[in-house]
Amino acid sequence: MSTFVYMTRCDGCGHCVDICPSDIMHIDENIRRAVNIEPNFCWECYSCVKACPNHAIDVRGYADFAPMGHSVRVRREEEKGTISWKIKFRNGTTKDFVSPITTKPWGKFIPKLADGDKPNQDEINSQRLYTEPEGLNINGELPAVPKDSFKKGVYY
Amino acid sequence: MMTNNPFAVLAESVPSIFIQAFVIIMVSLVIIGTLVDIIHKKNVKYFFDNAKKAKLSATRELGTGERISVIAKTVVHDIATTAELGAGKRRVAHVLGMYGTILFWIASVVMIFCYTAGDTNTPTVWPMLWHIGAITTCIGGYWFWLFLRVDVLAEAYPWYRIIKADLFVLALLACATFGLAWSFTQSLNLENRWDDRVFLTLYIVSNLVLFGGVYWSKFAHMFYKPGAAIQKNLAEADGSRDNLPPLADAPKQFGLGIKREQPKHY
Repeated sequence: MSTFVYMTRCDGCGHCVDICPSDIMHIDENIRRAVNIEPNFCWECYSCVKACPNHAIDVRGYADFAPMGHSVRVRREEEKGTISWKIKFRNGTTKDFVSPITTKPWGKFIPKLADGDKPNQDEINSQRLYTEPEGLNINGELPAVPKDSFKKGVYY
Repeated sequence: MMTNNPFAVLAESVPSIFIQAFVIIMVSLVIIGTLVDIIHKKNVKYFFDNAKKAKLSATRELGTGERISVIAKTVVHDIATTAELGAGKRRVAHVLGMYGTILFWIASVVMIFCYTAGDTNTPTVWPMLWHIGAITTCIGGYWFWLFLRVDVLAEAYPWYRIIKADLFVLALLACATFGLAWSFTQSLNLENRWDDRVFLTLYIVSNLVLFGGVYWSKFAHMFYKPGAAIQKNLAEADGSRDNLPPLADAPKQFGLGIKREQPKHY
């Protein structure tokens, strides 16, 4: 299920627009409040739910851990560095959890790709990803699985 | 200019009863527009149904004294200083616009109903408040519309893109701007010229758009938002909290996480 916005709480600040990895949280043109423009493309990552300073965004949780009639809500307190969850089941049982925020500040751990060396053709054709193997803290070669060890009849 | 009552000068050529009738019509338009908006959107029904549902999950019963205390705190903190916008430019711009508009409207009503008769002199304070209110509205409103609007700040649209949600803020800014321009041209004593009448016409038209467009604009948010703030704080006090978790009793090692930044990483 996708995210939805409580209009009485939303003040149209744009934090959800900024954070949404799918770029589907936008500002409604009629009322200047947040709206999920493409609910089918929402993967329920909870980024906007956590980022909203007014707790205006909600999402119906996954049915496997909280069946219908439930509520899963989150409160993020940056000054304390905590993120709290409250799961309310349809039979009235509630569970509260508190975790540390592990989000990194904007730009701190994001590599500046434009400043790096341009990869040559061999590196482009290689199966290694950017910064591998150094980025994985592995000295030398990456572990490889020889193709002749694959099971017969299984296609990869 | 600042000490002149522009409505008193207008009343020399237009009977004051017409000016007063215009104000009454504008107030009626606001009431009708808001009622139609409520009936169409069913937002008030949703709001009270939701509040009733939230009450069922309350962990404690609030006494009358407690309720009054919560409401009073909400009025002083959340409503009077628009605390929901957090500490920052948006809040300052909103407070400037809000109090500017309140001063502008109150001074307009007082000057129109009390000081447009031929033999009365307007005390200096009312025209001063009217002009200061209009100027403050312009400062807060243009700052918001040009720089702080979420469409510009978070969505990266250019400032000149106009959408339906701009109807309220643009009509309000037009009222304040054309009101000031009308007062200024009036103070120049331009006999038999058209300048001040043009701005008077624009001022009347912008008022008609502002008060007549309540159903289509965000005008009614100034009535809904205080109610929503009171409900939010009452829900926090009675433990229902709209199903939100309580404030974290955080272990110290969690420390400071990250600091919220302006939403402009488009």
